[in-house]
Amino acid sequence: MVTEAQIWQWLAEVPDPEIPVLSLVELGVIRAVEVGDDVVVKVTPTYSGCPATTVINLDIEAKLREKGVENLRLEAQIAPPWTTDWIAPEAYEKLRTYGIAPPRAGQPSCPRCSSKNTTLVSPFGSTPCKSHYKCADCLEPFDVFKCI
Amino acid sequence: MFEFLLRMGDNTLVLGHRVSEWCGHAPVLEEDIALANIALDMIGQTRMWLGLAGEVEGQGRDADALAFRRDAWDFRNLLLVERPNRDFGHTLMRQFLFDLWHHERLADLCLSGDDRVAGIAAKCVKEADYHLERSIDLIIRLGDGSTESHARMQGALDALWPYVGEMFTDDGLDKEMAELGIAPLPSSQRVRFDAALNEVLATATLSRPESNFAQKGGRTGTHTEDLGHMLATMQFLQRAYPDARW
Repeated sequence: MVTEAQIWQWLAEVPDPEIPVLSLVELGVIRAVEVGDDVVVKVTPTYSGCPATTVINLDIEAKLREKGVENLRLEAQIAPPWTTDWIAPEAYEKLRTYGIAPPRAGQPSCPRCSSKNTTLVSPFGSTPCKSHYKCADCLEPFDVFKCI
Repeated sequence: MFEFLLRMGDNTLVLGHRVSEWCGHAPVLEEDIALANIALDMIGQTRMWLGLAGEVEGQGRDADALAFRRDAWDFRNLLLVERPNRDFGHTLMRQFLFDLWHHERLADLCLSGDDRVAGIAAKCVKEADYHLERSIDLIIRLGDGSTESHARMQGALDALWPYVGEMFTDDGLDKEMAELGIAPLPSSQRVRFDAALNEVLATATLSRPESNFAQKGGRTGTHTEDLGHMLATMQFLQRAYPDARW
């Protein structure tokens, strides 16, 4: 019999499809795991229109099926709404190394040269969850995780 | 309840589709991405509202069935959101007027006596928050911009103004929803809307039109010709090839 802890561990191996340095667990989208007659995984969307939501569900299913879980049910959980506060703080360094400034209040630092001399290009970046900034010191453009 | 949910979901569906028509056509790349992102948020919100509508109705219709297999007279959106895009100024003014109303509406619905409605509203209001922020920013920049941009924004406001009143008109369904504690009366939002609107328009050096004439009918299924043309494009695939899948 599979345990909840085991399911969480497997889910921690599933990368986010858009930001593969983060696992789904680190992203904070897995809200609950219940093991009974069925294994139930409750997943919350980051943004309501995020196209990655469908892929996330597919990836969860593929991983758990591969590990031999048969009676699997995925449930969408809307409330309470996802917030960037649920991103694991341990994941911040991974985001920076990947070139994305982690979600923090105030002026973001450039993930490449750490300069605070940065300007907003557009509040809408390459995905719904990110804004587009530019560093005035190293001149590189970069994404910033929006705080919501 | 079903009709109330259609009113919420059809607004974001129709406006989401209208905004998506800009994809690949916006004046600059950043705006193209912004418009596509906003359209995506609204379509996502639609999926939640219409998904719940289908559940409440209990006839096996999901969000897709409601979006793609109803005709214009079954749509319950405000007339404002079906207005055509015309120029960038019209699109932004329509978005601003909608966002200002929508943000307040969702904030009120977060306190709904129905947990499902409150849950969806709490999710949507976070997105409506930054939509409104962007809309205000652009209305001020373009209103208080060049002679040309000012004239276009004023023209857009004058043209869209007759569609504002409908957002605050109460009918029998609204009264029923208010009595059940599901949603407050739309008219209760007007004072807050006007205060916020006047402040933005003053900063944007735009004049609020004086007439209070309001075009109505969208919320009960009487639409302008424009909605039919939009649906012909939006629903084409499911109409021509029912149940087609990727």
